[in-house]
Formats: sequence, C-alpha cells, structure tokens
Amino acid sequence: MSILPQIIFVLVLAVAGYILYKRVSFLRRNIFLGKGETRNDQADQRWKTMFLVAFGQKKMFKNFIPAILHLLIYVAFVIINLEVLEFIIDGLTGSHRIFAPVLGTTYGVAMNIFEFLAIAVLVSCIAFLIRRNVMKVERFTKPELKGWPAMDANLILVIEIILMLAILTMNATDQLLAARGVEKYTLLNGLFFSSMLQPLFMGMGDGALVFIERFAWWFHIIGILAFAVYVTYSKHLHIFLAFPNTWYSNLKPKGEMKNMPEVTNEVNMMLGIATEGGTDPPAEIGRFGAKDINDLSWVNVMNAYSCTECGRCTAECPANLTGKKLSPRKIMMDVRDRAEEVGKSLDTGGPGLEDGKSLLGDYITKEEINACTTCNACVEACPVNIDPLSIILQLRRYVAMEESGTPAQWNAMFQNMETSFSPWKFSPSDRFNWADQVKNEEMK
Amino acid sequence: MSTYKVPTMAEMAASGDSPEILFWVGCAGSFDERYKAVTQAFVKILNKVGVSFAVLGSEEACTGDPARRAGNEFLFQMQAVANIQVMNGYGVKKVVTACPHCFNTIKNEYPALGGTYEVIHHSQFLQQLINAGKVVLQGGGEFKGKKITFHDSCYLGRANDVYEAPREVIKALDVELVEMKRCRTKGLCCGAGGAQMFKEPEPGNKDINIERTEEALTTGASAIAVGCPFCLTMMTDGVKNKEREQDVKVYDLAEMIAKDMGI
Ligand code: SF4
Ligand code: SF4
Repeated sequence: MSILPQIIFVLVLAVAGYILYKRVSFLRRNIFLGKGETRNDQADQRWKTMFLVAFGQKKMFKNFIPAILHLLIYVAFVIINLEVLEFIIDGLTGSHRIFAPVLGTTYGVAMNIFEFLAIAVLVSCIAFLIRRNVMKVERFTKPELKGWPAMDANLILVIEIILMLAILTMNATDQLLAARGVEKYTLLNGLFFSSMLQPLFMGMGDGALVFIERFAWWFHIIGILAFAVYVTYSKHLHIFLAFPNTWYSNLKPKGEMKNMPEVTNEVNMMLGIATEGGTDPPAEIGRFGAKDINDLSWVNVMNAYSCTECGRCTAECPANLTGKKLSPRKIMMDVRDRAEEVGKSLDTGGPGLEDGKSLLGDYITKEEINACTTCNACVEACPVNIDPLSIILQLRRYVAMEESGTPAQWNAMFQNMETSFSPWKFSPSDRFNWADQVKNEEMK
Repeated sequence: MSTYKVPTMAEMAASGDSPEILFWVGCAGSFDERYKAVTQAFVKILNKVGVSFAVLGSEEACTGDPARRAGNEFLFQMQAVANIQVMNGYGVKKVVTACPHCFNTIKNEYPALGGTYEVIHHSQFLQQLINAGKVVLQGGGEFKGKKITFHDSCYLGRANDVYEAPREVIKALDVELVEMKRCRTKGLCCGAGGAQMFKEPEPGNKDINIERTEEALTTGASAIAVGCPFCLTMMTDGVKNKEREQDVKVYDLAEMIAKDMGI
C-alpha cells in the first residue's frame, strides 16, 4: 500500500496551516493598529451576550425567513465540521471512515443527518443567491456593494454549494462501491439523500467509481481548507469574529458617549477646579477624536472585520432612507479597507499610516458623518452588535476639535452655547420667563 | 386664591429647604415658544399632585448634548461641569426631565464628570404618579376613544430602553393606541438628534421628519403623542408640511395628562 496519499495530505495540511497562520497574524496586527481599550468587565454578561447573539443568532430573528435559512447554514457548518475531523484522521492514517466501526449504526444515522444538512445548505444557498441577484432586496443594491463585495457574497454561496455537492457525490459513489463489496468501503444501511444521486454513477466500473469517490474526497477537504483561507480575505470572516465581537460588545446604555478624560483635565483647569489627586500632571494628549484607524479603538477595527456587509444597519438608517450619503455599512467597510491598506503597506515595508491618506477624507467624507442623527438604529439592527455610531462620533470629534471643520450652523450653535448657555441665541436671563405666566395662574 | 408655584433651588436653599426632585427644564423647555406649554403643563401637574419640586431657573445651562454629539467635547464638558457644580452645590439627588436628550446626558454621561443622580424621564414619572393613584384621570376627556399614535424618541427608546412608560401613560387616557410600522426598537428617528436640530440636513431625497410624519399619518391617528421637545418640533413641522394641522395634533405626554386633569 502506498503512503503517497498520506504524504500529500500532510503537505496540504501544512501549507494550509502556514497560510492560515500568516493570515491570522496579519489580521491580528491590523486590529491592534487600533488604540487600546479594556472591555473585560461583567464577564457573565459578556458570555451571555455572546451566547445569545452569536451562538444563538438572537438578532437574526428580527427577520424570519433569512434567519431560518441562515440558521440552517450555520448549524450545518458547525456540525459538518465534525465530519472534517474524520477526514483529517483518515487523511493522516490512510484509513477510510475510521469512525464507522467505532460508532456502529449511529454512524449511519449521523451520516444521514449530515446529508440532510448538506441538502439544507444547498437549498439555503440557492435561495440566498436568488435573493441577492434576482429579487434585488434593496439593501443588496446600495453603491458600496458594487464590485468585489457583491462578488465575494456570491462566491461564498457558490463555493458552499459545490462543497455540499462534493459530499453527496462522495457518499453516493462510496456506497455503490461498498455494495459491490470493494475492499475498504463500508456499507452503511442506506444514505437517503445521496442514494438519489446513485443512478448517475451506476453504469460505471469500479475503477471509475473509486476515482470519482477519491476525487470528491480530496476536493472536499482541499475545498474546505481553501475556504478557510478565503474566509480571511472575505466578509465571511464573521463566522469566527462574531464570537469575540459580541463578547466585547458595548454593555453601556447606547446613548452614552464615551468621556474624554484628557479634556476633563483641561476643563477643570479652566474652571479652576482641583482635579482628584490635586497636582496630577495632565494626561498625555494625543489627537482629539479620530482621523485614521489608529485613533479608533481596536474594538472598532475588530467590528469592521466582523462586518458581514448585510446592510441591516443601512436599511434602518434614517439618513440613508431619505437619500443622504451616509451608510453605516459603508463606514464599517471603509474602516476595514483602510486597515487592510495600512497592513499591506506595513508588510511590504511601505509607509503604513504615513502614506498621506487617512480614513477621514480618503474613505469617509464629512458629508457622510454630518448626516448622522445618532439615533442608534444601526447599532440596534446589527446582528453581531457592531457599533458604527461610535466611529462616526469619533470622526466628528476630530473634525470639531482638531480641524474646526464643523458645519457653519453648528459653529453658530457652539457660539450660542458658549455665550448664553443654550444652543439658541437667547439671553440667559430670559431662561426662567416661562414661569411668569403659570405663577400668576389660579390653581384649578 | 392659590396660584401655581414654581420654586427655584436657590429660593429653597435660602429657606433651608430642599425639594424631593429637581425638575430639569432644558433649553427647549425654557425658550421654545411651543414647548414652553409642555413645561407649564408639567409644572401644573406637579403642583396639583403636591410633589415637592424645584427648578434651577436661570442657574440652569444647556446639558451640552448637542455640542458633544457635534464633536465639541470641550464645550460639552464646560457646560456639564458647570451644571454638575450647581447641582452638587444644592445636594440634588433626583432629577426629572421631559427632554430625553437631557435625560440621557445627565443620567449616563454626568457620572463620569462627578455628577451622579437618579434621573427619571417625565413619562416614567407620570406613569409612577398614575400607578400610585396620585394622578387621577377623568378618562372622559377630549382624548377618550381617539386614535393616538406614539412616536418613540431615539434617546428614550433605543438609547435607554424606555419603551413602555410612555405607552402606559397614553393608555391610561382611555384612548386607542395605534402603533406605527416602525416603533419601539425599530422606531424611526424624527431627524433632530445628534445636533441635527441645529443645522440644515445634508442633501437627500426627503427630510427625515417628513418620512416619519407620513408614517404617523398612515395610522389614521388624530393625534401624535411625543415625549421629546425635538420630536415635538419635527412632527409638528411635518404635519404642517402635509397640510394636516387642522385634523392632526401633536402633543407631549404631559400636555395630554394635564388636559385630561382639566388643568
Ligand atoms: S446612528 Fe447614525 S448611522 Fe446609525 S442609523 Fe442612526 S443616523 Fe444612521
Ligand atoms: S455593521 Fe452589522 S448590520 Fe451593518 S452591514 Fe455590518 S454586519 Fe450588517
């Protein structure tokens, strides 16, 4: 017996492992281009959020039909990956269906479940392809999805369909061979779904069947490894990042904007208030707000890598709904694109962040961020708890405090607030005038 | 004859007194011609029910919410720190406000700057008064049996998860509450938050308040209830734009309660 297939298999695994390792390091580094932020409090709440939102798909179910289809693909992904374990052991040891004798009849049942899931994935992926390309759901037709993002989405669906067909083909031929008593092939008592494919192969000789069976086996395992690598380049990264992303969710009330302690120090000095500890030197002041990805927090950048470009945020955004340029999905895609650009530049010895470009200006325009009503609809809508608003607000801080580039009407509002403590131009001494009338009214 | 009282914190302090709650009026509540009526209605309710309250009067300043959201953190903190100094000076413990933006800022953002209070939105406060039997509604008032829709304000709803209190208050009026298609967590912004109130919208196909008003009008409601000064302005403008101001009114919750109480 030749051990050549095993050697090839080990090589394939090693190459895939190496590429994956490189990709993961690249992504990790890019995410940590963002500033430090500690979000380790309330661990119980965090596990619970992750369990409900990522594992339990809670927020997907705001939209029932896609949620069910998505759930099928997700469950299939998790469960069929158990089969990959068997593939790997078989590949390494040269065995075939190593779990079959161990599990006995349970094995056949498990295979039937896998096949059912494979069919479910097939059907769901076809439904999703139709939804994206034929039905033209509005959120899939926005300008930011033109080109690669649309292609990426379709590619994933097609790859999944092909991988599922490979499993079914493999099982169909494998069982034909087993029925003919060919050595090494185990007869399982009836694989319901793949048996329907058997007529296609019945007329073939043993050699041809073995070839097709082996081809499907290799195709499936190499396909899965290639898919794993592909995912790291794709919006499909959410299948992994959804978990940490939800664990590091913002647990504070959505309306709360993060305080800037470096500003507090200055304000206290200006107002002559002693800061705690009295003589603390002011905290080191970097840039106010965010102009580029390194001014954002690493959680913001991880959010961007977790974004699956579903556009639920954009579909709920009041600014986008009424034709403004703002699209929270585009904000997330821009952050990711910029992180990729900087990362690639760093890897090739380029200028990295100092390439004369920045997130604000080259990717996201002021017109976009100025249109946001801070309504939190995008945050609420996101199935993986991404917070586009946090990024928008940090960009606004940069524009206001570093560039003084805020729209003129806001500047006028700032002036009113500075001089008369109200966003409108009224005299502070008139603030209590509303009471004059009530005070004279007879109480009924 | 006795008149309505509007005590200030300063007066109270001068007589060695301190009220149970501070009624935070807010800039719109102080200056906006239309919204002053809401402030007055709420003060009348407080008087009528005998709640011990006071206002800051001319010692109040903008919470800084629009400045912060427009990106001017310095200005926000200047306003906030000054307000906190005033409130802490009076030993304020509990704040009630009709403005969801003031509510959110004082409740969630002042603690980081040294101002920690129990903060309640007036919809929650009104609900408490109704539940406690302190506000007794006549029920036969002008709203009885009318179709009313409630517009969720983002800063009350999504920002702070207050969805039920305003609805309970409306239901207590013995009206038919009809929901818009986008309500509660999916509610649509009126278009004013995030300092949009203070500038022209960016170019688009439509103003947000028009979109929202259209949605409110499709419910066939004869009144749109709101719990926010900005929403009140935006929805009122929307109704005018649609030339429906004759048959569709926009009210704040406090006004509805005051009307029903006959005050
Ligand atoms: S918070 Fe801003 S970006 Fe998000 S939905 Fe609202 S308006 Fe759009
Ligand atoms: S931010 Fe969330 S809702 Fe928006 S496109 Fe990305 S995954 Fe979808």
